[in-house]
Amino acid sequence: MKITKSVLESLLKLLLLPYLSAYFSFSSDSLCLTNLYAETVTINGAGASFPYPVYTKWFSEYQKEALNVKFNYQPIGSSGGVRQLFSQTVDFAASDVLVSDKEIASKNLGWNILQIPTVLGSVVVVYNLSGFNLKIDGNVLAQIFKGKISKWNDPQIASLNHELKLPNKEILVIHRSDGSGTTEIFTSYLSIVNQEWKRAPGSGKALSWPTGIGAKGNDGISTMIKQTPGSIGYVEYAFAINNNLPMVAIKNVSGKFIIPSINSMIKAASALKNISEINIQKMNADKMNLLNASGDETYPITSFTYLIIPIKKQDEKENQIKKFVKWALSIKGQNMTSSLNYAPLPAELSKKIIDGI
Amino acid sequence: MLLCQQNLAKKLLMVFKMKLTAKLEERLGISLMYIVVLSIIILIFVMFILLFKMSWPAITKFGFHFITSKEWNPVKEQFGAWPFLYGTIITSILSLMIALPFGVSSAIFITEIGPKKLRIFLGTSIDLIASIPSIIFGMWGLFYLVPFIRETLTPLLKNSIGFLPFFQGPSFGISLLAASLILSIMIIPIISSLCRELFLSVPVTYKEAALALGATPFEKIKLAVLAPSITGIVGAAGLALARALGETMAVVMVIGNSPHVSLSLLSPGATMASILANEYAEAGADLHLASLCYMATLLFIVTMLVNSISRFIIKYFKPKAFRGL
Repeated sequence: MKITKSVLESLLKLLLLPYLSAYFSFSSDSLCLTNLYAETVTINGAGASFPYPVYTKWFSEYQKEALNVKFNYQPIGSSGGVRQLFSQTVDFAASDVLVSDKEIASKNLGWNILQIPTVLGSVVVVYNLSGFNLKIDGNVLAQIFKGKISKWNDPQIASLNHELKLPNKEILVIHRSDGSGTTEIFTSYLSIVNQEWKRAPGSGKALSWPTGIGAKGNDGISTMIKQTPGSIGYVEYAFAINNNLPMVAIKNVSGKFIIPSINSMIKAASALKNISEINIQKMNADKMNLLNASGDETYPITSFTYLIIPIKKQDEKENQIKKFVKWALSIKGQNMTSSLNYAPLPAELSKKIIDGI
Repeated sequence: MLLCQQNLAKKLLMVFKMKLTAKLEERLGISLMYIVVLSIIILIFVMFILLFKMSWPAITKFGFHFITSKEWNPVKEQFGAWPFLYGTIITSILSLMIALPFGVSSAIFITEIGPKKLRIFLGTSIDLIASIPSIIFGMWGLFYLVPFIRETLTPLLKNSIGFLPFFQGPSFGISLLAASLILSIMIIPIISSLCRELFLSVPVTYKEAALALGATPFEKIKLAVLAPSITGIVGAAGLALARALGETMAVVMVIGNSPHVSLSLLSPGATMASILANEYAEAGADLHLASLCYMATLLFIVTMLVNSISRFIIKYFKPKAFRGL
């Protein structure tokens, strides 16, 4: 045991030496480089992959203006981000769906969170059936994803597309295999328009799909749709545009069939009533709901995506995050969204949030 | 000022270095190795304990019923592992059945039949397959194998042996069959290289004896190469099986990730590893997470068992077989 002790001792000394010498050399020198580095604030975030392109753009543009702030964002998924925020391993999180009051209460955090909508996005239904411009309503969509409609020439699809001659072909439903905020938005919409869907399988980030195959990520679905004739699936709007996938026109509340576009998202957000009544400190999922929103030009599967920031100790990091949020919601930040296929928030809402935080 | 202190630090370091005599250095080195090796073993135990602890809520809630329950429904918080266990077993066994003939015969060819100059080249080429990242297999599977199954293999199978229950239902290419085929390619190098080692370890006198007794080259292989190595081949198959059980990325991309139990190999499925990769990041509810950890614990135990059993077979049963000849 004597040997081990002496060995450990010398090992310890060896390990400590560089630190000791570093301490001596810097302590008396006030003009050393460490002070410069200390001023740069690194802010770590994690969460939704859906707004990742626009957040990346914002971070890089913002860093050109605020030199002392550095953002790290990991697109690990909404729930993953929220879990990391609650275990305090990241400084902020991003989520496609609001964290409910119940969930916050159950975690006994001892601190509060702010949930801030940043951009608008749509979930679009894409398919591989060349030469068709499909029109579908919510009810038929639910039945396709339930496996009740299994052929493309089903009378229910045909009655919505009189002018098309649909093929007698099996429909292959492609859904997300990984848990995803996109899935939650899409299935929440199906639950709104179809009572049967609401009972089972219901809505959530991952669910027990009655039919079809699962593909990983938006890109996984896009790839699978592209190479499988007769397939149908759902992706974020930006992915459909980037991959040139045909999008289904979906019937909105006014009975119009709408092909998703930036404009149709903006129209959906403008259906948001009583913006002045929205409490920024306590976002309410019902008040922020845009699914199946009213309006002639509204695309019915549109949703906000949120940044979740902790309100703990009012330190430098928190202030920097708030500063960034204000910048992102300003006209300058919001103008960057549409080139990346996202839609800006309604001006009234972003103004209210900027004033509120 | 700064320079002076750095010099001081350097001097200090030198003094320490001088004090470490050669003997001490040796002791230091050896104990360091002990620490490193021990930490690897401890790490595995800690991993297992942590997994077990994380899966505890699911273990208490579902018990062993978890293994036989068919439902996997995150919305209703009902979790059962059977569809995944089924998918894992089917794909690994099927891939083993496909890979075994290829692996063993390639090993025979390389060690016994092929020209000597080609042996090293062929052996290395097959070993190189093992170093291809699994994501590349997955992409190749998705872009080439899946359309091939959909357009060429399915009609072929349906027209010849389509009456079997294994080839029913519509085929979109994404299937248990696709996953098994990809897996079989991934495990061929393991079988091949282990078998090569085995065949080379057979004493040359056996082969000479067989030839002296008038055996043809084929009979020589059968009697003096395959027969004494049969337990070793079983062990190699077991190690390959362990690899197939845990393979994740390539499988996720081609299996369809749909937890339904179906006899048809053309239908989509899911494996234990694939559901972990798919749902772990976005598992919101605590019970969901715990159930995934429970699944991981099961996978951990199964692969460990298969691995240890096959290693055991390779190590302890070979001499017996030699005696039996």
